[in-house]
Amino acid sequence: MATLHTVNKSPFMTQTLLSCINHAKDGDAILMIEDGVYGGMAGTGLSDAVAAKAASLNICVLTEDLEARGLDAGRLVEGVSAVGYDGFVDLVAETDRTQAWL
Amino acid sequence: MSDTKKFLYVNRRAPYGTIYALESLEVVLIGAAFEQDVSLAFLDDGVFQLTKGQKTDGLGVKNFSPTFRALGDYDVTKLYVEKESLEERGLSEADLQEIMYEDEDDDWEEKPSIRIVSRAEMVDIMSDQDVVLSF
Amino acid sequence: MASYDVNGTAVEHDEEGYITNLSDWSKDLAQVIADAENIQMTDEHWAVVNFLREYYDEYQIAPAVRVLIKAIKKSMGPDVGNNKYMYELFPYGPAKQACKIAGLPKPTGCV
Repeated sequence: MATLHTVNKSPFMTQTLLSCINHAKDGDAILMIEDGVYGGMAGTGLSDAVAAKAASLNICVLTEDLEARGLDAGRLVEGVSAVGYDGFVDLVAETDRTQAWL
Repeated sequence: MSDTKKFLYVNRRAPYGTIYALESLEVVLIGAAFEQDVSLAFLDDGVFQLTKGQKTDGLGVKNFSPTFRALGDYDVTKLYVEKESLEERGLSEADLQEIMYEDEDDDWEEKPSIRIVSRAEMVDIMSDQDVVLSF
Repeated sequence: MASYDVNGTAVEHDEEGYITNLSDWSKDLAQVIADAENIQMTDEHWAVVNFLREYYDEYQIAPAVRVLIKAIKKSMGPDVGNNKYMYELFPYGPAKQACKIAGLPKPTGCV
């Protein structure tokens, strides 16, 4: 009974990513989209918090949103993976519900 | 009814700075016509929606906080409020308005709709739903 | 903008007949709106209108029909508090038409 959480806000503007991480259950997936993708970057003030959850959660970043912002998968926190729109669809299909963190 | 689903409305924003809180409440009221198993979650700034003593005359906008007290009439009787979110904002249950419903199955006894839950309990409530709607 | 004439005073309403300024309401106005709706106001009509006004005052919304009928049933008994009788009182819908006479906005979820 896993949940897919989506986060679309920059973690440097709102607490949304942290709140999401704190409400995700082991085995859940988090997909960062739109400005949310900045939350997946290594070397930020939040990288440690994300890395600490990378083992128990499936944390992903949407490739198209990364690329649009001049970032690539090489800049991501270890354990965070980049997925495309097809991967997004797979995540929705694999989980029991989707919770959008707005 | 076998096709009843569990709906959770997640409220994470304060009441008047944006339209989200009011929109959420309106969707809950309209959605109540579908007679599903509805719960509301209040966490992060969403807990500010339930504070008592709201007075919006000076702003010239509608004070919709009394409308939460009508939810019982719409069979919406589970308002989960996250304890940690309250504490982080210097609030406690005493700062929230009283919201009651009449329990049809218990001789119309008045019962509180607000249930204070821990973050861990909130996680379980969220993962026990068929549909989660965020505002 | 169109208006109702209440003893020589104009009270504005929208294109569907709901008054624009909720504080314009009076019993005389209710009578004028009822006339415009072809409704002969009886004690039962007034009971529904008064209930709606009290509900709005307390909760800041007009109740859904289901909620209205449940509440009328509780206060006035099942002979009045049922779907059929309420539609006899207000043929165009108890929530919609009674709210108009009560000077309230159109109920949430009513299109």
